[in-house]
Amino acid sequence: MSRLEDALAAGRFAVTAELLTVDAGGLDAVQERFAPYADYVDATNATDNTSAHAHASPLAVAIALKQLGMEPVMQLTCRDRNRIALEAEIAGAALHGIENICCLTGDDVTAGDEPEARRVFDLDSIQLLALGVAMANGTYLSGRKIDPAPHLFLGAVENAGAPPFDYRVDRALKKVRAGARFLQLQVGFRPEQTEAFMREAVDKGLAAECALIPSICLVRSPGALRFIDANVPGIEVPVAIIERCERAADPEAECFEVACELAEHARSLPGVAGLHLISFRREAGIARLCQRLGIPTRETRADSRPVAV
Amino acid sequence: MIELVEAAVKKPIFGCHMCGQCVLHSTGLTCPMECPKTLRNGPCGGVRPDGHCEVKPEMRCVWVKAVERSRRLPWAHELHDIRPPVDNQLEGTSSWVNLYTGRDKQTPKGWHVEA
Repeated sequence: MSRLEDALAAGRFAVTAELLTVDAGGLDAVQERFAPYADYVDATNATDNTSAHAHASPLAVAIALKQLGMEPVMQLTCRDRNRIALEAEIAGAALHGIENICCLTGDDVTAGDEPEARRVFDLDSIQLLALGVAMANGTYLSGRKIDPAPHLFLGAVENAGAPPFDYRVDRALKKVRAGARFLQLQVGFRPEQTEAFMREAVDKGLAAECALIPSICLVRSPGALRFIDANVPGIEVPVAIIERCERAADPEAECFEVACELAEHARSLPGVAGLHLISFRREAGIARLCQRLGIPTRETRADSRPVAV
Repeated sequence: MIELVEAAVKKPIFGCHMCGQCVLHSTGLTCPMECPKTLRNGPCGGVRPDGHCEVKPEMRCVWVKAVERSRRLPWAHELHDIRPPVDNQLEGTSSWVNLYTGRDKQTPKGWHVEA
């Protein structure tokens, strides 16, 4: 059982982070990215060509994380691989003892710097989850056996901040039926949307069946907020937040304040099982945010169960 | 022959892509193959705040329409069905024939999810 699965199964508040993309620099480059927050997180996401920009592959980065003592969550998107390649990635991950797999549809190729690429989408994220379950049960999609069957802890992402808003919890429930045990929610800058999603998630039993983990994004400047608003599909940053950070005497500190407020709010919502923290070149900020919110280190959390932070 | 008739009827009305395994019935009579990502189980996370497509900003998201329209149908609950992966071997064949023969319901042996 993975560390993340163990924490969530025990009802402990979980913290995950997203590793900044890696292009070069060997294991040192991976190490330096997670070192500042290593003590606080249960696992770190190895992303899959975020916003359709090529980087070191999620499997390679997940293996590197594991070698360096950090538990990986391997993201896998449907954009770049057909079902055979997806199966190969999952089998390859399992071969290296990587259990946490987060199944996503993926941003379109047009979001990236090679928009002329062919998009694949042979499966969608729900079908990918079901494929993961099939493999955990010991077969490929064809029915061909995998022996021994790998242990997998499968999850996905849901975006509470994108239309159709009144269908997002139903879609998340579909993901649970397909096999998702955790959902990392897409970054949202509108707390009222996260709140509405969580309320419906509790009412419809989603929160009871699956660990819901809202994401918080730490940036260094209001410019980065504008960039996210304009360039990252599915994330809208309200102008009021950007202007508040621009007007502040110390814009960087104000951006951190915004993240702390969003994190505090998300954590207070019934049904929230943890937080997923994403920093854009602000790795030390993740540890600071945990300290600010009074979230103890991973070991302290594990020692004093059950912890309600 | 029947493929031509089906295409002639369904292309102008639904933008049919002749996937050969029609699911219009359960998607609010909105063809999911019109989605640039050909998603058959709901909208991606990239839908724009105005309900338009991440890939084609001028187009309303296929799934925003599908959710709206399916709610007006007596069989609205079918929207929540989990649809299996597309069988790419059926592309260009008639879904009417495949429905009649049951070919469109065949899933890979390892597919275990109940709709």
